[in-house]
Amino acid sequence: MVLAEHITGGFGDPVFNAQSVFRSVMGAIARPGTVSPVASLAGPPAPLSPTAAAIALTLCDQDTPVWLDASLRGSEAVASWIGFHTGAPLAHTPADAHFALVADPASLMALENFAQGTQEYPDRSTTLVFQVASLTAGETLFFEGPGIERVATLAPTPLPRHFIEQWKQNRARFPRGVDLILAAGDGIACLPRSTRIRASEA
Amino acid sequence: MSALDKDIATYNFAYLDEQTKRMIRRAILKGIAIPGYQVPFASREMPMPYGWGTGGVQVTAAIIGPDDVLKVIDQGADDTTNAVSIRNFFRKVASVETTTETARATIIQTRHRIPELPLTAGQTLVYQVPIPEPLRFLEPRETETRKMHALEEYGLMHVKLYEDIARHGRIATTYAYPVKVEGRYVMDPSPTPKFDNPKMHMSAALQLFGAGREKRIYAIPPFTEVVSLDFEDHPFEVQTFDKPCALCAAENVYLDEVILDDRGGRMFVCSDTDHCEKRQAEGHRGELAGEIA
Repeated sequence: MVLAEHITGGFGDPVFNAQSVFRSVMGAIARPGTVSPVASLAGPPAPLSPTAAAIALTLCDQDTPVWLDASLRGSEAVASWIGFHTGAPLAHTPADAHFALVADPASLMALENFAQGTQEYPDRSTTLVFQVASLTAGETLFFEGPGIERVATLAPTPLPRHFIEQWKQNRARFPRGVDLILAAGDGIACLPRSTRIRASEA
Repeated sequence: MSALDKDIATYNFAYLDEQTKRMIRRAILKGIAIPGYQVPFASREMPMPYGWGTGGVQVTAAIIGPDDVLKVIDQGADDTTNAVSIRNFFRKVASVETTTETARATIIQTRHRIPELPLTAGQTLVYQVPIPEPLRFLEPRETETRKMHALEEYGLMHVKLYEDIARHGRIATTYAYPVKVEGRYVMDPSPTPKFDNPKMHMSAALQLFGAGREKRIYAIPPFTEVVSLDFEDHPFEVQTFDKPCALCAAENVYLDEVILDDRGGRMFVCSDTDHCEKRQAEGHRGELAGEIA
C-alpha cells in the first residue's frame, strides 16, 4: 500500500540540494575527522534520519543497490521511500551493496561482510552510512592519514562493536575496504579506508 | 548574458544531467578514499573535442554550485583559447562567477600547471588529464597495468627512469613526472612540468583529476604525501632558470620562453599570468617590462 509518507519528503530543489549535500560529503571525505554542516533538506519516514536520507538522495540511483540494516528493513515505509525517490534496488546481501544505510550501528554485523572491492578494482566496495546520535559525545578517537594535517579527532556514538579493531583490519586491507559516512543530525563526518586510527593522541 | 543563456543554466544546471552527476560524484568520492587510484567512470560526450579538457569539465560540472568562483588556466595562462572557452562554457551553463585571480577562486580547472600562489583549504584544483595511466607507454595492455597497480609492481617505471640516466646521465623526464601517492599508487600528475610536482605534496587544497577520453577519475586529498620517484644517487630535481621573469622579475617560478624576432631574440616570462600581473601591479619590473608593455 502506498501512503503519503512514502512519497513526501524528497528534496525541495533536487539539483541544488544534491549539489550542496555532495559538497558537504566531498569536504568531509577529503578531510577525515572534520564535520561538514548539512541542512535538514529531506523528510524521510522514521527510523531513516534526514541526514542519511539526504546522502541517499544525493548519491543513490538505479545503478547502486542499497542495503538496509534490520531496523530500517523493518519499516516498509523506508524501503518504499528510497525506492520512490532514488530508484535504487535493495541489495539482498551486504556483499552486493554499493551503499549501506545503517540506523543502528551498535548492532551492525562485521564490516568485512560488506563488499570490499578487489585488488584490481578497489572502488567496487560498499560505502556505509551510519546514523549516529552525536559526533562529539562518544569515546574520542584519534585519526591520521591522507586529508589530515597532523591528527584529527572524532567522538561518534553509537559505533559497531570492537570498532577500533575492525577499523584497523579495514585499513590493513587497503586499497580494498569500506568507506564510512557518519551522519549526525547537524553534520557529516567521513572515515575513508585510507584513514588510520590511533589509540591515543601521542 | 542573453536571456537564452540564462535559460540554459536554469533549465539544466551545469550541462550534465543529474544521473551523470551522481555517477561522477560517486567516482570522485572513491578516488578521494583511495588516493592515486584511477576510478573508471562512464565519461560522457561533451560539447568539445577529446583533448580539450572533457574529463576536467565533467569533474567541474559535477562539483560546481552557484556559490562557486571558477578560474580556468591553460599552461598557467588565463587568456588562452582553451581557458577562455571553458570559463565561458560554465558562465553560460551554470551562471557561476568566474575570475582570473587565484586567491578568489574556489574551483580552479587547470591543464598542466599549478598556480604559483600556494592554494588554501577551501580550494579545489581540477586537472584535465590526457593519459591517466603512468605505465601506459611502458605497457600498452590495460589488463597488465591494472595487475601491476594491484600488486604494487612498479619496477618497470624505475627501469624507465634508470634508462634515462644510462642514456642522458640524468632523469630526462621533465613533465608528467611520475609520483607515488601515500606510499601506494604510482600516479601520473598529468603533463604538468615537474617543477610543479613539489606543490602537490601536502597541499592544503583538494586535487581532482579527470580524463574524459580514457574514462578515469583520480584524486589526491589535502595533506597527502606525494613523492616524485627518483634514486638515492639521482635525487628528484626541479627545473631552474638562469634569469628571472623578464616582465615581473619573479624568481623561483616556472617561465615560458617567448620568441621575439627571427634573429634569436627571446624572453622568459612567468607561465602563471595572474601571478605575473599581480607582481607588476605591485611595482615589480623585469628587464624587458617597459619595452614590451
